[in-house]
Amino acid sequence: MAATEKTSREESKMSIAPQDIEFGLDSFVPISVDESGREIGGDQVIRNTVEEAVLADAVGIDSFNIAEHYRQDMMDSAASIILATIAGRTKRIRLGTAVTVLSTQDPVRVYTEFATLDAVSNGRAQLIAGRGSLIESFPLFGYNLDDYEELYEEKLDLLMRLLRDQPVSWSGKFRSPLTNQYVSPPLPEGHLPVWVGVGGSPQSVIRAARYGLPLMLAVIGGPPIRFLPLVELYKRALAKFGKPMQRIGMHSHGLVARTDQEAADIQWPHWAHVFENAAAERGWARPTVARFQAEVDEGSLYLGSVETVATKIAWVIRLLGLSRFDLAYATGRVPHAQKMATIELYGREVIPRVRELLLDPAEELASANGRSSGV
Amino acid sequence: MSSSEATGRRLGIVGAGKAGTAIARAAVAGGYDVGISGSGPAGRIELIVEVLAPGACALTTDEVAAYAGIIVLAIPLHRFRELRPEVFAGKILVDAMNYWDEIDGADGPLATAPAGTSVLVQEWFSSARVVKSLNHLGYFKFEKSRLPKGTEGRIAMAAAGDDRTAVAAVLELIDALGFDPIDAGTLAAGLALQPGGPVFGAGHTAKELSDLLSREGANARP
Repeated sequence: MAATEKTSREESKMSIAPQDIEFGLDSFVPISVDESGREIGGDQVIRNTVEEAVLADAVGIDSFNIAEHYRQDMMDSAASIILATIAGRTKRIRLGTAVTVLSTQDPVRVYTEFATLDAVSNGRAQLIAGRGSLIESFPLFGYNLDDYEELYEEKLDLLMRLLRDQPVSWSGKFRSPLTNQYVSPPLPEGHLPVWVGVGGSPQSVIRAARYGLPLMLAVIGGPPIRFLPLVELYKRALAKFGKPMQRIGMHSHGLVARTDQEAADIQWPHWAHVFENAAAERGWARPTVARFQAEVDEGSLYLGSVETVATKIAWVIRLLGLSRFDLAYATGRVPHAQKMATIELYGREVIPRVRELLLDPAEELASANGRSSGV
Repeated sequence: MSSSEATGRRLGIVGAGKAGTAIARAAVAGGYDVGISGSGPAGRIELIVEVLAPGACALTTDEVAAYAGIIVLAIPLHRFRELRPEVFAGKILVDAMNYWDEIDGADGPLATAPAGTSVLVQEWFSSARVVKSLNHLGYFKFEKSRLPKGTEGRIAMAAAGDDRTAVAAVLELIDALGFDPIDAGTLAAGLALQPGGPVFGAGHTAKELSDLLSREGANARP
């Protein structure tokens, strides 16, 4: 059977050609400061984000993806509107979410908004569905945290039905039933790919496999090798459910500058600010330069010069067998101008260099003998 | 005696997420027979256990309760009241759970528990013997730090509980999992092991950990 052949072939080490790997940018639309260190308004932050995405398109980045939060320091509460604006100013870049907190959304509304985004962008819309690592949307929209698992399961089921087999007859616990319902606009075959975002929960990995959906790993700290067992679990689960091999992606934070030192100097104060707040609010350990440096050296910050960042991305793509890498560019309140500089370097220099490194068999050997054995 | 409660070196684990499967791997490596459950039927976690904790056995939570004398609770804290206390009667319950408002929601009693959340867990499981432990290292650090007894620089793990026999059994478990065991005193003293406390998330040696805990104890005294 074709699907079986495909599975075994794609399980080989490099499952996708380097030119087909998707390199994206992810944004929380965070409140940032201006060059003099003053906080700028949320409306300006949103307009700046549009400019960042327009630049991303111009420098050859494959996708631009917006998160979903309801917090005072993040302006990403209505991703589809920002994405539609970007769609009108770009021609090529894919436009998505990272992630859509499906648990507290109506899947019918998610479908209508993103199928419409797909239409206005001429087929460039994509989604990552997730449960979200923060739960502020539950009280905000009147959902009960005790239904965390059930809500997500039910809403993912309905969304997939809307995407895969309209008209839909469906009933569930958390919304009114649908009977032979068509929801417009219709999507052309294969449009609006949905990925499942996973922060490390094994049950979420199984769920992605059960739906035969591609897997997006959110790796926000620590050595990425700890996600290797989840990749194995995903492959085994796909095989168990009789699904063909799917793509695996990863989202991590980072920043690119001309030199390693310049990148660290730009990012450190803002990284420290984020973790100082987390320490005060949640009893986390306070940030130190040593911890920051450990995240850069062996953890999940893709930060430094073009060569440093490209080498690390190529390494992690090989380590986990990835076919998508999303850079959550600049952590915290990093100014717009420095984000634009990161985007320019990522698109024009880092991505081509990663593709080059992935084509080089000597690099593959060095990677196998070097970094990955050290962690 | 404590070693009889570890008889057959069996360990039960409720929770098959990141933490539960990491503890299961350590226990299998430490020579334990491990039974582990998620929510619902055992079949739901069979593949997870097979891949992430090979050698452990997927069970239902009721079966886990019957399986071993020592049972680790490794589920999101706000869900412990979904477990039926009577099935854990007489058991040693290792409370490896922490309160995180972004996972557990704003829960006043858990957020402000003056003597720590384990005291509330003990109130719920009134016929079990609760020991707070295995909660103060993240699952990845836990995994990475396991070392054989006597290795220089071995990381320590503390246990706090009112039933001293139960604490002794958990200290033995900690050693088998790959950490130097430290007795942190009463269940209420386990407050020092929670997020925001002096030892949370850091990974200290036995000497450092007992120094930090005795300093904390001295500060807490009126």
